[in-house]
Amino acid sequence: MYKNMFIILLLAGFGLLLGSFLLTHHEYLSLPQLPAYYADNTAPEVGAANVVTAVVVTYRGFDTLGEVTILFVAASLIAMFLKHSKAPRHDRHPRPSSVILSTSQKLLFPLIVLFGAYVFANGHLTPGGGFQGGAIIATGFLLLLMANPQAEFKHGLLNAIESISGTSYVIIGILGAILGLGFLDNRFISLGQLGTLFSAGAIPVIYSLIGLKVGAELSNILHHLNEVQNEE
Amino acid sequence: MEYLTLQNIGLVTGFMLMLIGLYGALTQKNILRIIVAFTIFDAGLNLVIVALSYIKGRVAPIIDQTTGVTNLSEKFVDPIPQALVLTSIVIGVGVTGVMLTFALRMFKTRHSLDINDFKQTKW
Repeated sequence: MYKNMFIILLLAGFGLLLGSFLLTHHEYLSLPQLPAYYADNTAPEVGAANVVTAVVVTYRGFDTLGEVTILFVAASLIAMFLKHSKAPRHDRHPRPSSVILSTSQKLLFPLIVLFGAYVFANGHLTPGGGFQGGAIIATGFLLLLMANPQAEFKHGLLNAIESISGTSYVIIGILGAILGLGFLDNRFISLGQLGTLFSAGAIPVIYSLIGLKVGAELSNILHHLNEVQNEE
Repeated sequence: MEYLTLQNIGLVTGFMLMLIGLYGALTQKNILRIIVAFTIFDAGLNLVIVALSYIKGRVAPIIDQTTGVTNLSEKFVDPIPQALVLTSIVIGVGVTGVMLTFALRMFKTRHSLDINDFKQTKW
């Protein structure tokens, strides 16, 4: 009884807080100083058509490096906890998946991976980028695992993709510090013409590496979770 | 009608999702449902942050033929909250994965997902 009262009080208090915020806040009519700077200077300084990408990869690139690290730590933590036992696993023989699922998986898997690659390679032009593209690629692997739960991935390959792209990301950042103006500066490769695929200096390279890394990491997580299910 | 702006619709939806998520996390007994409640809370919070960056009559911060390249700070919405939400979504996926892993481990030790079966973690 007391517990329910506590929950109701907590929810009411939180609701009141949010409600008072809703009634008192004012919509911005113009951009504050910092976002206005980003909006005005992205084209001449960074050369990316997508301002969000410029903020994520260049202006706040260090944050993104930290974010990639957090995702890496989460993936390693999951791999550590779900380390599969060496005991011989008794093979389950689950009901084979339906014809619709297995056929559409064969058709869709390459297309999904291709679309993911498109999304991260065009991250500086369109609303997309490494994280979104990587997540799309992981969806393709999820479809693969749904159609065939016993599927074996090449763990070594996924880990190699992940570590190579992670290391290259840091190396490109250091190259920016040596050849350009600072860590993760994208201007040591020519900026090119605004709005074309080969523009914005190092941004497409960095975002493609992030896309590969995120895709490999998320696929690894899915595979680990699936393997534990197979062991039960 | 003064309050029925796009920003307020986004904010109210986000707040409702946050309240639903908090309610679920406080009342549910099954660990998997608590994790789902956390992800709902997460989605609501992200929606609120994006809604706050909206400015009436402006477009997404991507340069193309219709925006041109001059006076962009008078045409774009705020790009920073969108970049932050991009980060937040990815971290959310990682955290959800870790939570699910803990749930799996807990299920392996007790063969139950009911939080009442885990008395020693009670405060």
